[in-house]
Amino acid sequence: MQKVLIFGATSAIAQATAKYFAHDGCHLFLVGRDTDKLQMVADDLRVHGAEQVDYVVQDLNEFSKHDLLIEQAEQDMQGIDAVLIAHGTLDSQQECQDNYAATEQTLRNNFLSIVSLLTPLANYFEQQRHGCIAVISSVAGDRGRQSNYIYGAAKGGLSVFLQGLRNRLAASHVCVLTVKPGLVDTPMTRDFKKGALWSTPEQVGRGIYQAMKKRKNEVYLPSFWWVIMKIIKSIPESIFKRLKL
Amino acid sequence: MTQQFESWGRFPRVSQTVKTIRWRHEILPLDNKSNILPYGLGRSYGDVCLNDNGLLLHTRQLNRFISFDEDTGLLRCEAGVSFAEILQHFVPRGWFLPTTPGTKYVTVGGAIANDVHGKNHHRAGTFGQHITQFELVTSDGQRHICSPQNKTEYYNATIGGLGLTGLITWAEFHLRPIHHRAIHQQMVKFANLEDFFQLSAESDEKYEYTMAWVDCLAQGDNVGRGIFFRGNHVAKDQVKELIPNWQPPLVQKLPEVLRTMPINLPSFALNSLTVKAFNFLLYHKQRIPIIEEFVDYEPFFYPLDSILEWKRLYGTNGFLQYQFVVPYEDHQVIRKILQTIAKSGLSSFLAVLKTFGELESPGLLSFPRKGVTLALDFPIKGEKTFLLLEQLDDMVQEAGGAVYPCKDARLSPRHFKAYYPQWEEFAQYTDSRFSSSFWRRVTRNVT
Ligand SMILES: Cc1cc2nc3c(=O)[nH]c(=O)nc-3n(C[C@H](O)[C@H](O)[C@H](O)COP(=O)(O)OP(=O)(O)OC[C@H]3O[C@@H](n4cnc5c(N)ncnc54)[C@H](O)[C@@H]3O)c2cc1C
Ligand SMILES: NC(=O)c1ccc[n+]([C@@H]2O[C@H](COP(=O)([O-])OP(=O)(O)OC[C@H]3O[C@@H](n4cnc5c(N)ncnc54)[C@H](OP(=O)(O)O)[C@@H]3O)[C@@H](O)[C@H]2O)c1
Repeated sequence: MQKVLIFGATSAIAQATAKYFAHDGCHLFLVGRDTDKLQMVADDLRVHGAEQVDYVVQDLNEFSKHDLLIEQAEQDMQGIDAVLIAHGTLDSQQECQDNYAATEQTLRNNFLSIVSLLTPLANYFEQQRHGCIAVISSVAGDRGRQSNYIYGAAKGGLSVFLQGLRNRLAASHVCVLTVKPGLVDTPMTRDFKKGALWSTPEQVGRGIYQAMKKRKNEVYLPSFWWVIMKIIKSIPESIFKRLKL
Repeated sequence: MTQQFESWGRFPRVSQTVKTIRWRHEILPLDNKSNILPYGLGRSYGDVCLNDNGLLLHTRQLNRFISFDEDTGLLRCEAGVSFAEILQHFVPRGWFLPTTPGTKYVTVGGAIANDVHGKNHHRAGTFGQHITQFELVTSDGQRHICSPQNKTEYYNATIGGLGLTGLITWAEFHLRPIHHRAIHQQMVKFANLEDFFQLSAESDEKYEYTMAWVDCLAQGDNVGRGIFFRGNHVAKDQVKELIPNWQPPLVQKLPEVLRTMPINLPSFALNSLTVKAFNFLLYHKQRIPIIEEFVDYEPFFYPLDSILEWKRLYGTNGFLQYQFVVPYEDHQVIRKILQTIAKSGLSSFLAVLKTFGELESPGLLSFPRKGVTLALDFPIKGEKTFLLLEQLDDMVQEAGGAVYPCKDARLSPRHFKAYYPQWEEFAQYTDSRFSSSFWRRVTRNVT
């Protein structure tokens, strides 16, 4: 993995993952929407050993820019070996319930923008016949719960999309990795009360890097979330619907 | 698991609201009433890193490198970067820290704010002395670039300033080149204090790193017996002896769960008998007077880091650490103090003895000064532990010494002000919105 393209590169989890690629001496191409933050992340990755770090400032909700963005990354690095898609937003469930516009925005941020990116990227990798596509989905997409089913629906849709894509790209030897973090202490979860189930972006970042190296299909991070979700998914719907979750 | 915001000695217990800062250009998350205190990795033993009823500013996410000059070793990084991260990245490239405390789990900001010292104090001085510049953010929103030439008052007040002058967002210092990750070490057994002072005097010249472990329970003729550790980074011509097969110690490769103290031990686990046995074993384990060997830098500098969360050894009661420095012209002071501790039977687990050199830190409130320093742990056994330490405070004061704030949780205002008469001058540079449990305790008015 010498040439790595990262969307949402200023995300806490993406930063922690990128340090490992930098350490390996990769060429990194970062996409984010805040210049100052991108500059700080790029400096850090250079000292960490990245061969070269380029970045582009782009709001990923402008879908029409996606094709160009990927072309530019491909040209700058002269190829793409791996992609990490990390951007996302955790919007207020209440606001989404009150107002479809907010729901649509959540679906755009967490599902459609990624589908839009993955359409040209999938074709690129399919042709290239090697590489790795890693996307951060969430345990929230494994089962709908009243407290965040809009975000959950976006992530659930994303997980299904990635399953299909993995199936399609298997023939081209392209790895498609679905990352399902549990509760991670990042800006996204700033206002949540933290407890024993929470992990750090560093733990999750290491897990993503290792899973990409091992060309895994799906990972829960930290791995105990696999057990928790197994249990949650096994509760019959007739009982589940009455739980306060 | 997420981190708990306590101090290393787990005493006192306080309640505080934690805010996280993630970018160095962010504004401070102040509210209209509470005061605030930066928190690094909580390796301070007492309450300099605690802020009862106030805000604690978690700085660990300021963990980015900013620049590194391969020619000069000049590193600029954010203040929440840990020494462990610096070592992990730079040791393989042939660079080492200018000086380091006995744990690598400290942040750059915390190391500046306590102006920490290491085994090479007699050569390198304190960590603060190596800081070429840093940025300080104060509660009025201003950003000050402080250096020996610029905003010198703030530079001097912030080094050893216990987090009270503002938030350090980034700092700059030189790493030093090394040829290999190993240390050429000698362990020398010594029978009493006189021998320690002699060993120290002859070693400081030839060895960059020196310190001793002392059996602080030994009495009579044995007072001050122990093992002296001295070492140097491997020299260029020694590298051939080591290569090709040098392996970093295995323990570092174990997963963290296996190295973490999983539970709190009950408080009786560390009674004076078990500690006596431990001290005795350590001393007598070494059968020959001098052992010379190559060791990895990890066990040499950070023997305690191989058990993560070892503070749990002391149970939930917590423990106190006591570190002081006294001038060494008069060996009798140290002897008297060691005798007092041994007599009290209030067992101390580890006692570390070291001489500080002449180099003076710019830090206004810095602890290290020429003399001999002793550091030891006390499990909290109620009132008698506190009474003993008060007694030691008096002895240290009488000898013209000082106690280390970074290790303290109980010092009286009277003693603090006697050790640090410059505290009022320092107070002029503290930020009105920054405060700590420690600072309120040692500056309170007692009638
Ligand atoms: C096993 C062990 C061995 C040790 N050995 C030594 C030793 O040999 N020599 C020695 O000197 N010390 C030693 N110590 C103490 C340790 O080096 C210091 O307590 C160090 O300052 C801890 O750093 P920290 O990041 O954990 O800071 P914390 O303990 O979290 O905070 C320390 C102080 O720094 C302030 N601070 C933290 N970050 C910032 C910032 N960004 N801006 C402004 N202020 C800030 C805090 O407000 C607080 O006052 C040892 C500690 C342990 C646990
Ligand atoms: N934290 C958790 O508990 C958790 C759990 C499961 C899954 N996840 C997922 O993990 C991923 C990373 O999140 P995180 O936890 O690391 O939080 P984070 O630091 O807040 O990261 C989210 C990132 O997405 C970026 N972003 C949002 N909308 C964007 C847009 N329209 N254009 C460009 N960038 C945009 C943000 O940019 P700015 O920096 O400019 O704001 C931010 O960097 C997300 O997909 C999230 O859903 C997180």
